[in-house]
Amino acid sequence: MSIFDEELKGLKEKILRMGLLVESAIRDSIKSLVERDSELAKEVIKRDHDINALDVEIDEECIRLIALRQPKAGDLRFITTAMKITTDLERMGDLAEDISERAIELNEEPPLKPYIDIPRMADIAQGMLRDVLDALIKGNSKLATDVIKRDDEVDRLNLQVFNELLFFMIQDPTNVSRATRITYISKYLERIADHATNIAEMVIYMVEGKIVRHVTI
Amino acid sequence: MVEQTLKAEAKNLNFYYGDVHALKNINIPIKRRKVTALIGPSGCGKTTFLRCFNRMHDLYPHNRYEGEITLYPDNVNIISRDVDPIEIRMWISMVFQKPNPFPKSIYENVAYGPRVRGIKKKQIIDERVEKSLRGAALWDEVKDRLHNLAFDLSGGQQQRLCIARSLATEPRILLFDEPTSALDPTATSKIEELIVELKNEVTILIVTHNMQQAARVSDDTAFMYLGELVEFDRTDKIFTNPSNGLTEEYITGRFG
Repeated sequence: MSIFDEELKGLKEKILRMGLLVESAIRDSIKSLVERDSELAKEVIKRDHDINALDVEIDEECIRLIALRQPKAGDLRFITTAMKITTDLERMGDLAEDISERAIELNEEPPLKPYIDIPRMADIAQGMLRDVLDALIKGNSKLATDVIKRDDEVDRLNLQVFNELLFFMIQDPTNVSRATRITYISKYLERIADHATNIAEMVIYMVEGKIVRHVTI
Repeated sequence: MVEQTLKAEAKNLNFYYGDVHALKNINIPIKRRKVTALIGPSGCGKTTFLRCFNRMHDLYPHNRYEGEITLYPDNVNIISRDVDPIEIRMWISMVFQKPNPFPKSIYENVAYGPRVRGIKKKQIIDERVEKSLRGAALWDEVKDRLHNLAFDLSGGQQQRLCIARSLATEPRILLFDEPTSALDPTATSKIEELIVELKNEVTILIVTHNMQQAARVSDDTAFMYLGELVEFDRTDKIFTNPSNGLTEEYITGRFG
């Protein structure tokens, strides 16, 4: 294996590591909400530094490879994809941090209602992230296309959660503060799924050389 | 329609060095006033292909062409035996790897072609020399010493002089065979800029080992391997998303 191939492999491993950190941040942020574990939420917030550090590290590595190796064709598409993907991953990490902050606030008050749709949304979003990372590593654009299709279900659940919470707020104004926070969390999860979709679109570009952003697949 | 966009076209071109089948059924369209780059590992046939265009192979016996290279808009098959190679070389001139000026003055190097063509009037030759030297971005550097020996010039200047010499016959196609492999980076970038400028006037074919150079100067790229054309496409397509796996391996440096 050439030095350049080793470097590309190292880059791929870093992206994967960053993806796994983001995935566990999402999982633990929802866990801290559902299990009312504010200590875990604080830990998620602290761990976001590691994600940010990897974001910078991966960007620097991509710039170095472009400058020194003048990548072409598939290598070029992989490196440009890596640069864009880390932006999405970093934003997903921030959103997990946001979920944790809302969880800490919510955990200080009695529960409004059992969480049902929120964990379902989180499951789908996490699954999307896991599969899109798999698609990236394997260069599988079919798997990436499948990830994009799952975004609709998250959007649908987000709307459902919103309508339900609106009803709670209309019923009793003392619910507003908690219901608004849960609405935020729902929106954060919806955004996380959108970022997974962006990554899936970049993976399709990386594999097929075709830009599928802003078009319906 | 074809004549408007294409300057030349290789159709089922085969070439043999005696028993060696060096070019196998090559089909490449050469677009008018565009730069077409030929890339591929050593021995792939890219220089052989380039040399067909000005009948360089005719200098050796046992060499044989099959198929056609059609020049537009004349519709002339330039490798046909009925076509005079000397005439072809007036239309299609070549710049080589190493600068090879004649052991004459700067002026006489450029005036040589027009003189061979029978132009005698000094004023016309003077004009042609100035125009060609300007075209090769050399005029300002040599206008005060036109009668100095060409060998007094630096390597990069000598190569631009050779380009001026080629331009002086007002060719339809300019062939470049690794024109910068003997030059330093500064002289190289001057030649590259010049190639991009020249395509406003003339159709260009360039063989290069330097893939970044092909990417920088050309509009279309042909990737050849073992005497065959593997892929021909727009240069940006070849360098971002080639269709053929072999092209991908070659341009990413994994073989060749």
